[in-house]
Amino acid sequence: MSEVFYISAAIAIMATLMAITRLNAVHALLYFIVSLLSVAVIFFILGAPFVAALEVIIYAGAIMVLFVFVVMMLSLGPQAIEQERSWLNPRIWIGPAILALILTVELTYLLLMKAGGLSGVKLVGPKAVGIALFGPYVLGVELASVLLLAGLVGAYHLGRGGKKIEEASRGVS
Amino acid sequence: MTAAVPLHHGLIVAGILFAVGLLGLLVRRNVIFILLSIEIMLNAAGLAFVVAGSKWGQVDGQIMFIFVLTMAAAEVSVGLALVLQLYHHTKTLDADSANKMRG
Amino acid sequence: MLELLWLIPALPFAGFLTLALFGQKLHEKSIAVTGVGFIGLSAALAILVSASFISSPPQGYFYTQTLWTWMQVGGFSPKISFYLDALSMIMMVVVAFVGFLIHLYSIGYMKGDEGYSRFFAYMNLFVGSMLTLLLAEDLLLLYLGWEGVGLCSYLLIGFWYKDSANGRAAIKAFIVTRIGDASMAVGLFLLFTSLGTLSIQGLMNLASQRWPVGAPLAVASAALLLGGAVGKSAQLPLQTWLPDAMAGPTPVSALIHAATMVTAGVYLIARTHILFTLAPPVQTAVAVIGAVTLLIAGFSALTQRDIKRVLAYSTISQIGYMFLALGVGAWSAAIFHFMTHAFFKALLFLGTGVVILALNQEHDIFKMGGLRNELPLTFWTFLIGSASLSALPLITAGFYSKDLILWQALSSERGGVWLWAAGFLGAFITSIYTFRIFFLTFSGSATSQVSRKPGVLMTIPLVVLAVLSLIGGFIELPETLGNSRLLSNFLQTALPPLQAVTTDYSTQGSLQFITSVVSLIGIIFAYRYFLHSPQHTGRRENIMKNPVAYAVHCFLFKGWNFDLLYDTFLVRPFLWAARTNRNDFVDLIYRGMAAICRASNTVLSFTQSGKVRWYATGIALGIVILVGIVEIL
Repeated sequence: MSEVFYISAAIAIMATLMAITRLNAVHALLYFIVSLLSVAVIFFILGAPFVAALEVIIYAGAIMVLFVFVVMMLSLGPQAIEQERSWLNPRIWIGPAILALILTVELTYLLLMKAGGLSGVKLVGPKAVGIALFGPYVLGVELASVLLLAGLVGAYHLGRGGKKIEEASRGVS
Repeated sequence: MTAAVPLHHGLIVAGILFAVGLLGLLVRRNVIFILLSIEIMLNAAGLAFVVAGSKWGQVDGQIMFIFVLTMAAAEVSVGLALVLQLYHHTKTLDADSANKMRG
Repeated sequence: MLELLWLIPALPFAGFLTLALFGQKLHEKSIAVTGVGFIGLSAALAILVSASFISSPPQGYFYTQTLWTWMQVGGFSPKISFYLDALSMIMMVVVAFVGFLIHLYSIGYMKGDEGYSRFFAYMNLFVGSMLTLLLAEDLLLLYLGWEGVGLCSYLLIGFWYKDSANGRAAIKAFIVTRIGDASMAVGLFLLFTSLGTLSIQGLMNLASQRWPVGAPLAVASAALLLGGAVGKSAQLPLQTWLPDAMAGPTPVSALIHAATMVTAGVYLIARTHILFTLAPPVQTAVAVIGAVTLLIAGFSALTQRDIKRVLAYSTISQIGYMFLALGVGAWSAAIFHFMTHAFFKALLFLGTGVVILALNQEHDIFKMGGLRNELPLTFWTFLIGSASLSALPLITAGFYSKDLILWQALSSERGGVWLWAAGFLGAFITSIYTFRIFFLTFSGSATSQVSRKPGVLMTIPLVVLAVLSLIGGFIELPETLGNSRLLSNFLQTALPPLQAVTTDYSTQGSLQFITSVVSLIGIIFAYRYFLHSPQHTGRRENIMKNPVAYAVHCFLFKGWNFDLLYDTFLVRPFLWAARTNRNDFVDLIYRGMAAICRASNTVLSFTQSGKVRWYATGIALGIVILVGIVEIL
């Protein structure tokens, strides 16, 4: 069964790499959704079915969909793709690639030094999660709800209407 | 249905995903892609939490992942609203165009 | 009567203050009365005090009057105190009296000048400083007077400051004498640190007790004091300022640069003579400097066209005689020559002033002539002065003093034939150049109209000084001619007598005869070459046609090119260094720091690009480095 882990890990990595190199925004988002789905599979393998479901429902199903909606709202058009092509010449990959590579190497080295233990030995079901959420972590839950409220209000205000915002800001300044 | 996977393998996967997200953040100029890369990084961090939590067989890793998820949601909504504002003001999605805080 | 000593320098200072504060508001007559009155009072007091000193001399032939303690710092407590002995008495009387005569003369000379009150204020300040210098008991007070006369010299040389050339001449005088002053100050420091006091009598006592003859400290301090004397008295190598100092008004040249200030160096050496006797190499140096300077200046005087410049070089030359006398140990002879020189040089300068005024500020002797009939009194007094300067035998004061120096230069144990020969040659040259200007100024026919004849206030000083130039020598007659040793007997209460090797009077007599003949030959030579006639002009031009003679003439005209020497080796390198260091390499350190800050600002502001991805790169880089550090540790 652990081969499934390695397969979905490979898919996740490859899909993510594809996601960041696409010129079309929607293509990139879709690739990322694939990556999220494979990460959900990994969660499942590791004995965390609840978060696997949450990953699919919320992350892939809500957040990414929100992304797709916004991209569609922007209605970028073909000249956006041309712009991306011009911005993405191979030369600019060199520096960040080196940085990311060094980071990966460092992390891997760190992790391999202190290898130990196995994951995914035990299945931790939704019931246990629920008990913990409303037990020791109830304060965190409340705070998360306040955060979501703040995000809601902020998003509503900012996205209300471009012109009104402009007039308001011009009136202030 | 659960399989035993060495801990460090899972964490290495999370690390690689994080690095890929960082790479995307540094390379892409379009703010949509930058936000996307941030999401990739958040996801990778959550994966690391879950992997570590499952090693001990406890629920805390999953709890942390839920909080990360919540925060990602809030952040994405506000962030995308800001992207819309930026687009209305500057008619472009170039992250480098917002450089008025230059020194 | 001796208690009034302090008034003698104080009265001129009071005159200076009065004129400085109120001079602008007074009329010319009041200014004249004030300016001359204070000096006159001072001169009268000087004569009275001296009479009292001579008639009833105090114990030990000296009198000290302490006014107050100047300062008390650590172990150093100089006092404002005045010291009267034979040496300072003679010099004080000469300075005050000649100063008074010159002030009298200036009333007429400076009439109508817009700086009338300023002139008398400065002159009073000068006489006050000079008297302080002469009467000072403490070397620090002497240095105060020394600086004061230097200041007044600067102020008075550049008196007509609207012409910047005068200002430059004043600055040149000040800077050159400053070099000497600096040397003297270091000498004072050395004396104080080694002997613990600056009181002159104390210094002389301690020095003779503690230092053997030839002690290095004695040599060093004497050499440094000699540096100061050389600067003030315009001897080699600091003689270049005096010819240019003739830019000042003629009374200034008469008082400061002939009779008084330039003899301050002579006074200093005479006053600290014990120190110089403890330092034989320095004393020899004094004599050699004197001998060389008198020849250099004498030869330069032969070629000058400006009448005042001739007299300036003549002054340098005559002070060279005084230095020569000091150097061979003939202290009294030097003071005697100072006295007679003050009389006839002041007389010559005042006469020159009359001529200059009469011919409307004409200084060139080749443009003068035929003034015998126009200015008869000036003619006769100038003749007497010239005769005295040339040491015309038997009747002039100059003869006795110069002859005494020459004889003592030969007969002293520190003297010798070479020093005598230098003085002898100098005497010949002196009579040539003196009568050169006399003949060129007064003989022949008039070339220009006389515009202003001197008033009575200008002629009285001329007459008085002429009389003194004739009879002033009779107080010191040599053994061969009467042996009246009034002056040296009196001075021996303050200065030691000459250590003579030989007292062969027949040699002295024959040498006197030769010197007199030589000075008469000089007069005849001048008569042959330096009159205003086509014959004489032709003779002169024939000589000038010879290129060697012409080159020598130019060399002497420029004062043996000392100005050029100093310009090349001192002034130009200094200016070059100043120009190269215009940006001040020390300042470079501070400006460098500011420049580094600015450069780093430019570099660092590059990191503030305003781009989000740039900042994210920074964060990523930081993460990588930190994780790397964690790993390495």
